[in-house]
Amino acid sequence: MQGLEKSFKQLRVLRGVDFDVARGSIFALLGSNGAGKTTLVKILSTLLKADAGSAVVHGFDVAAQAADVRESISLTGQFAAVDEILSGRENLTLVARLRHLKDAGTIADDLLRRFSLTEAGGRRVATYSGGMRRRLDIAMSLVGNPPVIFLDEPTTGLDPEGRLEVWRAVKELASGGTTVLLTTQYLDEAEQLADRIAILHEGRILVNGTLDELRKLLPPAKVEYVEKQPTLEDVFLSLVGAAANGEPR
Amino acid sequence: MNRHFVGDTAVLLGRSLRHIARSPDTIITTVITPIAMLLLFVYVLGGAIQAGTGSYVNYLLPGILIITIASGISYTAYRLFLDLQGGIFERFQSMPIARSAVLWAHVLTSMVANLISLVVVVLVALAMGFRSGTGVLGWLAVLGILVLFTLALTWLAVIPGLTASSVDGASAFAYPLIFLPFVSSAFVPTASMPGPVRAFAENQPVTSIVNSLRALFAGQPVGSGIWTALAWCVGILVLAVVFAGAAYRRRVN
Repeated sequence: MQGLEKSFKQLRVLRGVDFDVARGSIFALLGSNGAGKTTLVKILSTLLKADAGSAVVHGFDVAAQAADVRESISLTGQFAAVDEILSGRENLTLVARLRHLKDAGTIADDLLRRFSLTEAGGRRVATYSGGMRRRLDIAMSLVGNPPVIFLDEPTTGLDPEGRLEVWRAVKELASGGTTVLLTTQYLDEAEQLADRIAILHEGRILVNGTLDELRKLLPPAKVEYVEKQPTLEDVFLSLVGAAANGEPR
Repeated sequence: MNRHFVGDTAVLLGRSLRHIARSPDTIITTVITPIAMLLLFVYVLGGAIQAGTGSYVNYLLPGILIITIASGISYTAYRLFLDLQGGIFERFQSMPIARSAVLWAHVLTSMVANLISLVVVVLVALAMGFRSGTGVLGWLAVLGILVLFTLALTWLAVIPGLTASSVDGASAFAYPLIFLPFVSSAFVPTASMPGPVRAFAENQPVTSIVNSLRALFAGQPVGSGIWTALAWCVGILVLAVVFAGAAYRRRVN
């Protein structure tokens, strides 16, 4: 990704947005509901047209070279966009065929293995849990190894274990060199995953920087003594046992 | 046209056909109303209806086939709506595919599903004593008219499929279409109707289409009525494609 700039207005949802995402990094767009995150992602993935401004994804202009952009990206929307009636494997081969790849079956089997869905692969997606659907959804986005991936609120509606599964998958992606633009309304998610974080509020980017840079915006930390209590998440995970089969945080 | 159009349409058609194969209830619910009407009108009400000299099932079948198509296409709107609502439509649109393939796959699926339903209804009618003296050419002409009518109504169904805000809204538009044949020559000859009703019945699309099908089945000359029937089908098709295209562009932009 060479750089991404954007400034446009649309129903005043986005009032001039500019930012760049470095190749191979995870960039988190943080914002509350209605901040314009989804609109922004839809414009970058050529589903919507901007009224003004321009954006470049992987060197291609989203307005003038939409077909090239679609060749370079994949989108995982806010709701797991999977086919409920097909099996997990069929969903993956469907996407592989639509990306005009050879050996759709092999690609599907590899991704099922990578996302621990091999056993569920033959079952209809309607029988999957929320976390499994999300994993399948993200696996579908990886078919053909697109260099840029948009994840629009990938953990909304997931239970804590599902969130950790998705986080692990996203980290793996970036370590493989994929550029990830992630939107989220969860602060800890941005903190956990992102190399850079931008806060989108009322259609504008308020701040944009690394976690350390953002921390410096506030007065320096003062030392306080706080009794270390386990968080509810620690309790939940130790009770249901997810912490046992993976590094939780 | 995108060089992948044919391949992408075929892949997506395969997906939708798999949906139908896995939920054959969409075919069953499509054919159950027409078959129930066929039974009701032939065995209960038919004895009191004066509709020419031949057997009443022969008179009735063309109208029942129209009702079959009208109820079948509500599933087209339903399937399209679910794809939009579930987000898979957006996933396809963000992929390097021929974008129009997404709509065409739904249209072709509708054609296949409706043809299966029509075959089922015709088989039931044959079991009930329906007979046609027409030859291969006559059957091909019947098939041609039914395919054209299905195509026109399918594109009509694409409009609510793209614009509806609820599942009910997406499929409810078909109800008036199902009742249109009642005010036509489908069940009784229009000559028995009072003036204004008769004027409506004789000038709405179903009557000309039903009369043409009936003449073809009976091996009689179709006369100029077939041109009226074809004009209706093509007219509905063109208008529906224009409005569906507009609804689609509103969705994409």
